Amino acid sequence: MEIWISQLFNGLSVSSILLLIALGLAVTFGLMRVINMAHGEFIMIGAYGAYMTQQIFKSALPRSLFDAYFPVALLASFVLAFAIGYLLEVTLIRFLYGRPLDSLLATWGVGLMLQQLARTIFGAPNVAVSSPTWLDGGWALMPGVVLPYKRLFIIALVAFCLFAMYLYIYRSNAGRRMRAVMQNRDMAACLGISTRRVDAFTFAIGSGIAGIAGCALTLIGPIGPSIGTYYIVDAFMVVVLGGVGKLVGTVAGALGIGVFNTLFEWWTDASLGKVLVFLCIVAFLQWKPMGMFAVRSRSLDG
Amino acid sequence: MRKVGWLKGFATVLAASLVLAGCGGDKNNEAGGASATGSPSASASEAAASGDKIKVGILHSLSGTMSISEVTVKNSELMAIKEINAKGGVLGKQIEAVVEDGASDWPTFAEKARKLLSEDKVATVFGGWTSASRKAMLPVFEELNGLLWYPVQYEGMESSPNIFYTGATTNQQIVPSIDFLLEQGKKKVFLLGSDYVFPRTANKIIKAQLAANGGETVAEEYTPLGHTDYTTIIAKIKEAKPDVVYNTLNGDSNVAFFKQLKDAGITSADLMTVSVSIAEEEVKGIGAEYLTGHLVAWDYFQTTDTPENKVFVESFKKEYGEDSVTSDPMEAGYVAVYLWAAAVEKAGSFEVDKVKEAAKGIEFNAPEGKVTIDGDNQHIYKTVRIGEIKEDGQIVELWNSGGPVKPDPYLATYEWAKGLSE
Repeated sequence: MEIWISQLFNGLSVSSILLLIALGLAVTFGLMRVINMAHGEFIMIGAYGAYMTQQIFKSALPRSLFDAYFPVALLASFVLAFAIGYLLEVTLIRFLYGRPLDSLLATWGVGLMLQQLARTIFGAPNVAVSSPTWLDGGWALMPGVVLPYKRLFIIALVAFCLFAMYLYIYRSNAGRRMRAVMQNRDMAACLGISTRRVDAFTFAIGSGIAGIAGCALTLIGPIGPSIGTYYIVDAFMVVVLGGVGKLVGTVAGALGIGVFNTLFEWWTDASLGKVLVFLCIVAFLQWKPMGMFAVRSRSLDG
Repeated sequence: MRKVGWLKGFATVLAASLVLAGCGGDKNNEAGGASATGSPSASASEAAASGDKIKVGILHSLSGTMSISEVTVKNSELMAIKEINAKGGVLGKQIEAVVEDGASDWPTFAEKARKLLSEDKVATVFGGWTSASRKAMLPVFEELNGLLWYPVQYEGMESSPNIFYTGATTNQQIVPSIDFLLEQGKKKVFLLGSDYVFPRTANKIIKAQLAANGGETVAEEYTPLGHTDYTTIIAKIKEAKPDVVYNTLNGDSNVAFFKQLKDAGITSADLMTVSVSIAEEEVKGIGAEYLTGHLVAWDYFQTTDTPENKVFVESFKKEYGEDSVTSDPMEAGYVAVYLWAAAVEKAGSFEVDKVKEAAKGIEFNAPEGKVTIDGDNQHIYKTVRIGEIKEDGQIVELWNSGGPVKPDPYLATYEWAKGLSE
């Protein structure tokens, strides 16, 4: 019984992490159709953002304030990744809209460059980020079932990001303009929306969310130049399975993959579990090639 | 106007470099010409020895996922070369390192090894980390009769005539550490490893050893390289209730595993783990707070108490910064350079076959203590150590083998290991 509860929680936790890494991609790939292979590197940038914030707190501020570094780091990671994403869109991505193969190669190259840049600045070995003490330990739900605070925190963070994105995309003027541009660029331009500005801003937001993911992942994973490569495939899987262009699809995709991955891994082992998940995804996409939630729009087909 | 000036400057630099290149060419012409006109079968090392310099290759992953570990080994090898050069070099020649990047990609290792041997004509190569990279380079070194010094602990079951192995083989790390655990009464072992050749071979050996000595393998789990979620594995560990987890995870996965283990409320007091791929450098990247109290098995720690190690650690910090640490593979890379130099001096030649012959039985006072090259299998005698990780990231020795252990890559002297090497 305990094992079922803790495995259920683990499945939920894995789903939340998958969702967190895929949310940014749901914007840059899902909405904007940029096959953004550098998405993982924005996660890496966020992780190093957390590391830098920690180093500043360690050296410049009194020890008692150290635990406050993490909220600051979340913000710093978002801003850093947002800025680099904006720069990338303005200098490169905007020349590649509508050319998926070119954008795939170009962003992959950018990803490699960012990795090597991180290696030059921070060195090739991993760096350590100590998590704030208020996230240590866990909530003892019942004997034998401990829910780590870090995992609960990540679930809460994902919920918060989702809610903020929902408000932005579906309830704000800027979000309405964004959806208009993504659904029918020419029409939106005719109506006086600056599509250039919307593009740049949207890409930057997607990158910024990847930065938040990177910062949160320092709690449970490694921090090194190549960590982006560990998450990129999963992120694409979630977005493609959920259905490109739909936020709710991304949520469903992450839940599906997370829960099944945990179950399969429990029944078999880590490698085989992943294979089974991939098989399920391939089978599902044979049945529903557009993913769980397809966007129906005339302009997207053209 | 400005453009013309820039062009002129560029032309001048170009011309100057051409002249310089020409001079350099002249200086080496004699020796270079001799080897060019000599018989085509002239060995690579003769050409490498031309002039007052001798070229050696250094081939590690300086980019990609393995660079985390391999860059530091490259650094310690370069330091050894610098030290030897400061003392006058080998056979009166200064060593010149040709550094190549294997890029964490096994075919690249093979390709760069071929380039070092046939284009740069290096006398020897120091390089490799993963068994996959070694296995990729092995046929190249055997085909071109080159010489490779491989500085990392590995799974054994190999002995190429063209490779010297200065890291531990299984009977110098894994086998004694299992004996140690059994002696401590830790009989139920959970095997956890990354899914590739080293952990799988190592666990095959461990299972045979446990079965023969009254231990028990309660579970065997593998995760893909770069796996980052260990919650399910940790749940499985909780279910299996082992006395100890024997950890052969490699690279970044270790960070995720130990962070999540601590989150699950499991400390080293609740569950002991023994790792064979976590050294001082990796501790720094994981964060010592997650590892305190866990055990590791190696042949060298930064804290190893020998006069040679004091000098080694001090010079390394001087060269690469106060914050840098030394680790077992770095020490093995450093030792490899010295052993090669000693073999060359003894042979009086850079020729591969002569160096190999001379290397037999060479002794060296390494930072880990005395090491000796075993003439039969080209591994070295090493002292085995088990240590505990402390809060400051250093590893303190709990146990050692009391003296150098003879390398036995095929475990021929162990009754229970019969049939493993097939």
